[in-house]
Amino acid sequence: MSVEQLVFWILAPISVASAILMVVSRNAVHSALFLILNFFTIAVFYLVLGSPFLFVVQIAVYAGAIMVLFLFVIMLLGVDREESLKERIKGQRALAIILVVGVLAEFVTAIRLGVGVSAKGAAGWDLVNKGGNPQALAKVLFRSYFLPFEITSVLLIVAAIAAMVLTRERLKVVPDAVLDAEDEEEEVLA
Amino acid sequence: MNVPVGNILVLAAILFSIGTAGVLVRRNALVIFMSIEMQLNAVNLTLVAFSRELGNLNGQVLAFFSMVVAAAEVVVGLAIIVSIFRLRTTVNVDDENLLKW
Repeated sequence: MSVEQLVFWILAPISVASAILMVVSRNAVHSALFLILNFFTIAVFYLVLGSPFLFVVQIAVYAGAIMVLFLFVIMLLGVDREESLKERIKGQRALAIILVVGVLAEFVTAIRLGVGVSAKGAAGWDLVNKGGNPQALAKVLFRSYFLPFEITSVLLIVAAIAAMVLTRERLKVVPDAVLDAEDEEEEVLA
Repeated sequence: MNVPVGNILVLAAILFSIGTAGVLVRRNALVIFMSIEMQLNAVNLTLVAFSRELGNLNGQVLAFFSMVVAAAEVVVGLAIIVSIFRLRTTVNVDDENLLKW
């Protein structure tokens, strides 16, 4: 068993366990922390798959920025309230779990029929990553995918503006007459 | 010896299914949103695994774009959740029933 396989078989159970704990934790902060653990294991899988660039991006963007944003919002909205376990629709939870198991069975069947569980591996992987994975990725990104890359920057600006617009405080509109009346009051007092 | 691509795909399928279960079962809007993030991550893992299997970098570029769009999506989604909380003082999706008939 190679190092890659060893890392995979150690981290795969941790990844699945943290995912399950994320879903079943009743406290939103615990969910967020288990999700961070899950993101770290996925980052290591990227490393195992020969993509150090995505490993760094996963940790910086997902485990760092996005989860800090999540924790910040959880803090803002209050964490002390726990979710009630009452079901609005009867049997929803059991039905959901049955359907999810069905979906998983479909996925696994499709994977077995499609690619099998064999280790083929691409032949020219070292040639594709000539000069290092980030350099090779940059060549693909800035040549073939330059237009999508630029459109992405527009998307990010729009998202930032949208977040500010959505969360700003509504200003109260005060009619001019009220302001004038207040000014007069102040003058009288002076 | 590489990790077989099938193993990684099955792992990604398991993570995606757990994320689906989270979306269906949980009632807290924030936890539902986190489950969606986990589904996105599972799909990214699939893309990177196929990038390795097929021997070209297009899959990794697509995973990178998916991460960027996910970051934008999180920003807007959390802003919506915050403004819903301001309006109704709850993030429980069962209590958001304005569109119910």
